Amino acid sequence: MRRILIIGATSAIAEATARQFAARGDALFLVGRDASRLKAIADDLGVRGAVRTATASLEVTDFAAHAAVLEQADRDLGGLDTVLIAHGTLSNQRECEESVETLRREFDINALSVMALLTPLANRFAAQGHGTIAVISSVAGDRGRMSNYAYGAAKAAVSAFLSGLRQRLQKSGVNVLTIKPGFVDTPMTRDFPKGALWAKPEDVAKGIVNAIDKGRSVAYLPWFWSLIMLVIKHVPEFLFKRVKL
Amino acid sequence: MTVKGQSWGRYPRADQRLIALTDRHAPLPSFEGSALPHGNGRSYGDSCLNHDGTLLHTRGLDRLIAFDPATGVLRCEAGVLLADILDFAVAQGWFLPVTPGTKFVTVGGAIANDVHGKNHHVAGCFSEWVNGFELLRSDGSRRWCSPSENADWFAATAGGLGLTGVITWAELRLRRVRGAWMNVETHRFSRLREFLQLSAASESDYEYTVAWIDCAARGDRLGRGHFIRANHAPAGDGPARPRRRLAVPVTPPVSLINSLSLRAFNTLYYHRQRGRVAHALTHYEPYFYPLDSIGDWNRIYGRRGFLQYQCVVPPEDAEHTLTDLIEQIADSGTGSFLAVLKMFGQRRSAGILSFPRPGATLALDFPNDGHATFELLERLDDVVAAAGGAVYPAKDARMRADRFRAYFPAWETLRPYLDPRFSSGFWRRVTE
Repeated sequence: MRRILIIGATSAIAEATARQFAARGDALFLVGRDASRLKAIADDLGVRGAVRTATASLEVTDFAAHAAVLEQADRDLGGLDTVLIAHGTLSNQRECEESVETLRREFDINALSVMALLTPLANRFAAQGHGTIAVISSVAGDRGRMSNYAYGAAKAAVSAFLSGLRQRLQKSGVNVLTIKPGFVDTPMTRDFPKGALWAKPEDVAKGIVNAIDKGRSVAYLPWFWSLIMLVIKHVPEFLFKRVKL
Repeated sequence: MTVKGQSWGRYPRADQRLIALTDRHAPLPSFEGSALPHGNGRSYGDSCLNHDGTLLHTRGLDRLIAFDPATGVLRCEAGVLLADILDFAVAQGWFLPVTPGTKFVTVGGAIANDVHGKNHHVAGCFSEWVNGFELLRSDGSRRWCSPSENADWFAATAGGLGLTGVITWAELRLRRVRGAWMNVETHRFSRLREFLQLSAASESDYEYTVAWIDCAARGDRLGRGHFIRANHAPAGDGPARPRRRLAVPVTPPVSLINSLSLRAFNTLYYHRQRGRVAHALTHYEPYFYPLDSIGDWNRIYGRRGFLQYQCVVPPEDAEHTLTDLIEQIADSGTGSFLAVLKMFGQRRSAGILSFPRPGATLALDFPNDGHATFELLERLDDVVAAAGGAVYPAKDARMRADRFRAYFPAWETLRPYLDPRFSSGFWRRVTE
């Protein structure tokens, strides 16, 4: 049995991942914004086999509230083995170009709140000397593109932060996993035809659990995104700037 | 976003907007024009499509709410698949009391079509096992509907094709099983009369009865097939659950089902069993869901898709009526790899528009060859209507309005319960 904290537990990928954990009989502490949706998810995980579920509401940009929620999760589960940070918003690039206010808010949610949560968590995990910190970043953080560079830049910050954290926690026996999903199919379009690049949340969830179990450092999900991003990262800038992506 | 959508038969196609429902407590999102709840899209024709309208996708409502392992009572959201229920319940000794031939349907869809299974003669329709459900209407109202509370709404919605509102969650009664295995007995029969005799003789001792028939055989061989009867096996070890899932990777430009492949397959299938009777211990998955192991099997009918035809004809003259139907099909040289034949029992369905009624039900697929196919199905309708039978809306893409009204004379009593902002391609076709 693992004691798992999930932040952003109402996201499609987080919920699908939580179901994988529940089926194995893990204990789960779910954090999200909407209490009634958290309750619905917690009930579901209980029927699916989770030995324990508990929830807490949190607005991730309410930085002052972070410590209490982390403390509550730790106390409720009797310690933490794994944390999965999955919250985020897919920013509207155009609005970020027009409003500094929007840009800052998107950065607060997608980058700063994640780093802020990781700071005490990293210290806690380093002190206990074991565990996994898994964070959903994005392939969008690998290279800024005109269509979503505000979001991409926030995810790039998260990826770089995790890379450093991984080096730092290596000697403590704590694994830091950066998850980089590509296009993920949501319930809305699940049954309708779409390109071969689209993955289902359940498949991404299996990839996350597998990467956690194997102690991986970076997981592109599905795996072929590592090849796609390898190419995209290596297109020379003088060519890249002429491409519309 | 406008999306071209298809139903399981891949005919017809419809342009519609999609809205995902993900929170059962949330109000219905606003939409223009008409809307229709859409689960996993396993209905064959246009009863799950809404051309130029909106589909309210319910697969995002896929949470289990509570399960009592002592009583087998399950509460779950409407977008939960029957497969999801089996995944956790069988290990705890519980099974679906009624299941159709695919486990990839949603609970809401199973209620809206009041589906049946191979045990209709003992268990009736799906809605018989539904304690109740919440119905959310476009006016924002929510009703708990059960056989005792808002019973009229329950009767209108079970089998009501999604037209009375969105089912958000439901409470079901599961049934006890001792394990995942089935004792299956297969009898080869050479004419329809034998099928009817086997059916009658098996009714009291076998929970599940169904037959596959060779719809390509004519003359002396007409109506030959395999009668399969089964019960849940007592606990114990059985063959492992089959793991490999195949899939049809692409849609061929033309149907792979033609008169040549059809005759060859059916003849081989009929003769695959050496003796007249065979026994087997089988896992429930290949027994109940033989086609679910082949992903996207509906693609083998090619780009034009296929039409399923499922009818029920009264028991009194079943042999004669079925002979007429199978002769028409065999003469046409079209049809599916094996047709499915089953006797429905006497149990009355709860729903106003429920399809099952006493008699024999025949189901098979026809590749969409255009005019010829539609003409054949029209001729089958002539036979079914003359006999006083009915055709199954969940599997239909072409029945005439006057036929529908004759098959379901109670259809007008549904009117006051229809959600004024809901509609479907099927409903417009048969009522306007």
